[in-house]
Amino acid sequence: MSTTLSPPPRIEPRPNYLNVDYGWRSWLFTTDHKRIALLYLFSITAFFFVGGIFAVMMRINLLQPEGVFGHDTYNKLFTMHGIIMVFFFLVPSIPATLGNFLIPPMIGARDLAFPRINLLSWYIYIVGGVVALTAVVRGGVDTGWTFYAPFSTTYSNTHVLLAAIGIFVAGFSSILTGLNFIVTVHKMRAPGMTWSRLPLFVWGHYATSLIQVLGTPVIAITLVLLGLERILHAGIFDPNDGGDPVLFQHLFWFYSHPAVYIMILPGMAVMSEIVACFSRKAIFGYGFVAFSSVAIAVLGFLVWGHHLFVAGQSMYASMVFSFLSFVVAVPSAIKVFNWTATMYKGSVSFETPMLYAFGFIGLFTIGGLTGLFLATMAIDVHVTDTYFVIAHFHYVMVGGMVMAYMGGLHFWFPKITGRLYPENWGRLAAMIVFVGFNLTFFPQFILGYQGMPRRYASYPPEFQTLHVMSTAGASVLAVGYIIPLIYMTWAWKYGPISPQNPWNAKGLEWEKSPTPPPTFNFDTQPIVTEPAYNYSGTGEEVEIG
Amino acid sequence: MDAFRIFPDSASTTAGEVDALYMYLLAVGILMTVLIFFFVAFFAIKYRRKSPDEPPPKPIHGSIPLEIAWSVIPFLAMLVMFAWGTKLYFQNYTPPRKDTLDIYVVGKQWMWKVQYPTGQREINEMHVPTGRAIKLTLASEDVIHSFYIPAFRLKHDVVPGSYQTYWFEATKPGRYHIFCAEYCGTNHSAMTGWVTVMDPVSYENWLAASSATGSMQDQGEKLFAQYGCVTCHLGDSQGRSPSLRNVFGHPVELDDGRTVIADEEYVRESILNPSAKVVKGYQRNIMPVFEGQINEDGLLQLIVYIKSLSIPAPSKSLLTQVTPPARQNVRKP
Repeated sequence: MSTTLSPPPRIEPRPNYLNVDYGWRSWLFTTDHKRIALLYLFSITAFFFVGGIFAVMMRINLLQPEGVFGHDTYNKLFTMHGIIMVFFFLVPSIPATLGNFLIPPMIGARDLAFPRINLLSWYIYIVGGVVALTAVVRGGVDTGWTFYAPFSTTYSNTHVLLAAIGIFVAGFSSILTGLNFIVTVHKMRAPGMTWSRLPLFVWGHYATSLIQVLGTPVIAITLVLLGLERILHAGIFDPNDGGDPVLFQHLFWFYSHPAVYIMILPGMAVMSEIVACFSRKAIFGYGFVAFSSVAIAVLGFLVWGHHLFVAGQSMYASMVFSFLSFVVAVPSAIKVFNWTATMYKGSVSFETPMLYAFGFIGLFTIGGLTGLFLATMAIDVHVTDTYFVIAHFHYVMVGGMVMAYMGGLHFWFPKITGRLYPENWGRLAAMIVFVGFNLTFFPQFILGYQGMPRRYASYPPEFQTLHVMSTAGASVLAVGYIIPLIYMTWAWKYGPISPQNPWNAKGLEWEKSPTPPPTFNFDTQPIVTEPAYNYSGTGEEVEIG
Repeated sequence: MDAFRIFPDSASTTAGEVDALYMYLLAVGILMTVLIFFFVAFFAIKYRRKSPDEPPPKPIHGSIPLEIAWSVIPFLAMLVMFAWGTKLYFQNYTPPRKDTLDIYVVGKQWMWKVQYPTGQREINEMHVPTGRAIKLTLASEDVIHSFYIPAFRLKHDVVPGSYQTYWFEATKPGRYHIFCAEYCGTNHSAMTGWVTVMDPVSYENWLAASSATGSMQDQGEKLFAQYGCVTCHLGDSQGRSPSLRNVFGHPVELDDGRTVIADEEYVRESILNPSAKVVKGYQRNIMPVFEGQINEDGLLQLIVYIKSLSIPAPSKSLLTQVTPPARQNVRKP
């Protein structure tokens, strides 16, 4: 890479969590939340690229109206793409990596409340992941990630049980992580770290954890019932045995809609940190942003029925679910407005994390607004189960969550690795991701309103132009994700050494904890004397609520 | 540039109304997007950091009036979406009470079987006249399907074990896609068909030219005899079982004290699983269970026949307990 570097003077590096020990045992038996976060980081990155390969194959299949791989293969591709991306990438993504790494230093703690449970949750996740991958290797699953009965219980003869067991197991990892965060935030805050001084990152994760603990058991129960039905024909979901197939959808979405918020709240949590730092300003409306997370977590449990507007649920139930779905849009909108207002009279700079934050605001806005289309029942009747829905939730999940995740990874890369990533490569990749993303998913809104159904291995020829555009976009997007993988791997080993606080950011994790942090995060117990995001140095306290 | 047009073919009275609502949502959505993009770009450029050692800006901790404004104003716009969308939804899923042309659709991996009251049957094809309210009754033989006609902006899931309905009035002759919109297995994407909309005269000609082996009612009557229903349920049953004359569409008192309306769903259940709801004053376990004996097509024929036994019964059906909203263009005289 470089020819002019002379050997650096030999300095004993200070002990930190990375160099304290090197053997494989020191990783696989670690109870350090930072090392566990890295174990998660490497595992979910692997799952992300596996899920991504399935996505690329789907897009290749859709280049031609008659398809390329055949119906069964395509059906398995979209099922496994969904299962892996949702349960093994998006749900753990930010909480298990950045959340795990950052919550203790952000609140001034030396570790999470239950370090061994934290390690256990990673092992459970890996066991679940291996079981799910076994289902993939043994021939795959073809039910869609939604496992709708009675197709999944009675008609599909693929590895439904194996995949369900994988998800069932991984769910416990999610519950344990959530539980750990809740207890940590309640009990381990440093002196002076009051609730109204908590970084919004922590608020967002706290809200996420509530959903993980309360919602995940329901999907576990649902999958157990699915198994009972499949093996014993218990008569729960299959009408031929006296069951109700719509009941499955109620149970499934009772978890899986809140799970959508498990997937976006941590992204919003990252956003608040980035926007404040790169505007050098306190977050506008701290209390509103904090409480909107909790409001989303609570309201998120009351809107599952908006997935059933055409499924045969009572029209009056649909009406209530539609109304509540509009209500839950308000706290999300509040967040977007407050981030935008934070930049007002700020000092805005344009490093990679901030570019991802801009991308998040734009794409999440579109994702959120198209959610209103789906909450409007008469529109939903036309566009549900079409590409409109696909585009909508990819704008939220990929345009929102993955953008925030990438932004967060860049923002805290120096903290995690002790080195700097190449800024210009970072900016370039962020822009490629933004362009590739829109090219991939915007055409899908048009496809959807024109009536192109989702989960179609082949399709009428008039939809081909838009499908080809979408596939072209997907290849750009893939490049945008591979570039950071390369330069981050490189920078981890060869990047310039980072100062303790390269962004001049506020927050205990930057100001009080060395970079990279030692095993117990701080050399001395930090004491908090100022509110979060005190970039101006005035120390005005914010009243929360 | 056909690929990029916003609206697909529009061929029902509903389509235009859904499109109008969609336009409203697009307008609100585009306005909000433009506002947010503008402010993000404007603030980012206007307040960009001019030098690395710029002094930190003054903090602004928030503004209650602003928070209230940007919560309440968008919510009001959303209330319009909610009210408008709900009204249209109830209207589209509530078939008119009278004078509908009833068409029966059975979904089966991976085809659509369509039956007309006059006995014609088609696979993956449906013919309908313009200017008449068409009521679809949807049944599934296996998994959940969804009967989707984009040109009408309508779909409804087809759920095994129950009947689902919706209705439409076609406006523009032509051929339009039918898609299965709920994933149903290997050939889900091949479970497609065409709906042909015809003017009423051509439709009558088409009906006349299509062969039918007797109306659904006649075929139902045959099944009624073939399965032995006729022995107990018509004429002299010596008190073993209720006569089915003038039952359909009327309230029925059950032995557990409840009263239900004898609609399609009730009749279907009572054929397949007679002891689920037993009429007051009759014994359980006399009638054989027909679960798995009669297919969905046959059930529909039986129901049409049983319906005909209570002419002139009001055509009470699943969703008509709800009063349909007033509509001018529902029924042509």
